[in-house]
Amino acid sequence: MTGTPWLPAHVVDVRDLTPRSRSIVLEVPGWPGSLPGQHLDVRLTAEDGYRAERSYSIAGFGPGERVELAVDEVVDGEVSPYLVRDIRPGDFLEVKGPLGMYFVWRDADPSPVQLIAGGSGVVPLLSIARARAVAGTDQPFRLLCSVRSPEDAMYRDEIEGLEAAGVEVEWIYTRRAPARSARGAGRVRPGELATLTWPPERHPLVFVCGPTSFVEYVADVLVDAGHPALRIRTERFG
Amino acid sequence: MAQFTRGFGGRRRESNPELPPGQYLTNDFPVLSAGPTPRVTRDEWRFTVRTETGLDRSWTWDEFTALPIEDVHTDIHCVTRWSKLRTHWRGVSVDTLLDGIDSAAVSAMAHSYGGYTTNVPLADLLGGKAWVAFEFEGAPLAPEHGGPARLLVPHLYFWKSAKWVQGLVLQVRDDPGFWEQNGYNMHGDPWLEERYW
Repeated sequence: MTGTPWLPAHVVDVRDLTPRSRSIVLEVPGWPGSLPGQHLDVRLTAEDGYRAERSYSIAGFGPGERVELAVDEVVDGEVSPYLVRDIRPGDFLEVKGPLGMYFVWRDADPSPVQLIAGGSGVVPLLSIARARAVAGTDQPFRLLCSVRSPEDAMYRDEIEGLEAAGVEVEWIYTRRAPARSARGAGRVRPGELATLTWPPERHPLVFVCGPTSFVEYVADVLVDAGHPALRIRTERFG
Repeated sequence: MAQFTRGFGGRRRESNPELPPGQYLTNDFPVLSAGPTPRVTRDEWRFTVRTETGLDRSWTWDEFTALPIEDVHTDIHCVTRWSKLRTHWRGVSVDTLLDGIDSAAVSAMAHSYGGYTTNVPLADLLGGKAWVAFEFEGAPLAPEHGGPARLLVPHLYFWKSAKWVQGLVLQVRDDPGFWEQNGYNMHGDPWLEERYW
């Protein structure tokens, strides 16, 4: 009853990102390509016909039939533990997408971009940062990543490499900071958000993605700081 | 079964005939919204019904909550695949809000504080199918869940139950709202899986 069809997909590559998350590259014949920031639905069918469906952010973007997902394990979850622990190259599943036309960055928009990630919320924001690199723009970009500990940082090496391309990257460690860190561990504070992100005077387009409590908190602080609500796009999970 | 996912299904949930296809049961109350949560006080809150000819009918919070209030026990289904069963709401029926209004409209655009909109056919809003709700499980509706008041159209996916609702604009054509322009279905029946374009 909906125009977007389920497409058969095969796993071509899996890679551990952290002890509880993994990237999964799918080969999807007929995939129409995706915009930076979009997501898709995954459908798994057990041998006896039992099915489960979930939504996941796309880490890549653009044309082509290779689709990169990144999945963080939800404790007691039904689908994510399978995707993080069990799936392997050659396995079959189905996808529907790409989905969502709002939490999307279009390189025709010249505004500075502020990306703010809580945990695995970094996945669609990485997609946006990758798109900036491919666009070859020197558009001002900042990425603030809040993670529990250094070991919980998905795509850490790639994200640190973004700095060489002109993306300012900031890390917040909520539970355990690296030994060399002067800040220590703890949730991001309003004053830190003000100094680690573009100020309202720069008129940035802001993307915030993460758990609901993180997104609610960050978006509230940004509105209080003077960012127009309609310039803050949010995506939440949990 | 043409093809299956090797090794999947070990942790499956019990199947439940109360769940529409592709949904799973949650006991939490997750949040779907596109931007920051608007903060609207009851003092500044207004609810307005506007006809296609531009006639307004408007209520303050006190006027609104003096209207006949109904108890609603219902299941709710979010397009992001969670469902909650047997939730309890209190609010004013859309039948009450549109009672006696002279209109040839087929649809309504729900407008929210914060600027978001969603379109709902009148056939899905009238006849005891929809409310403007301000209480959830015996307490005032929390801001992140749409408080002070949200539309409640529980037989459609929950994005149609516009949070922070401030009015209904009747329209003679079923024009798409914000969510519908950004990838979601014009109607949104969970039993027909009308999720996306």
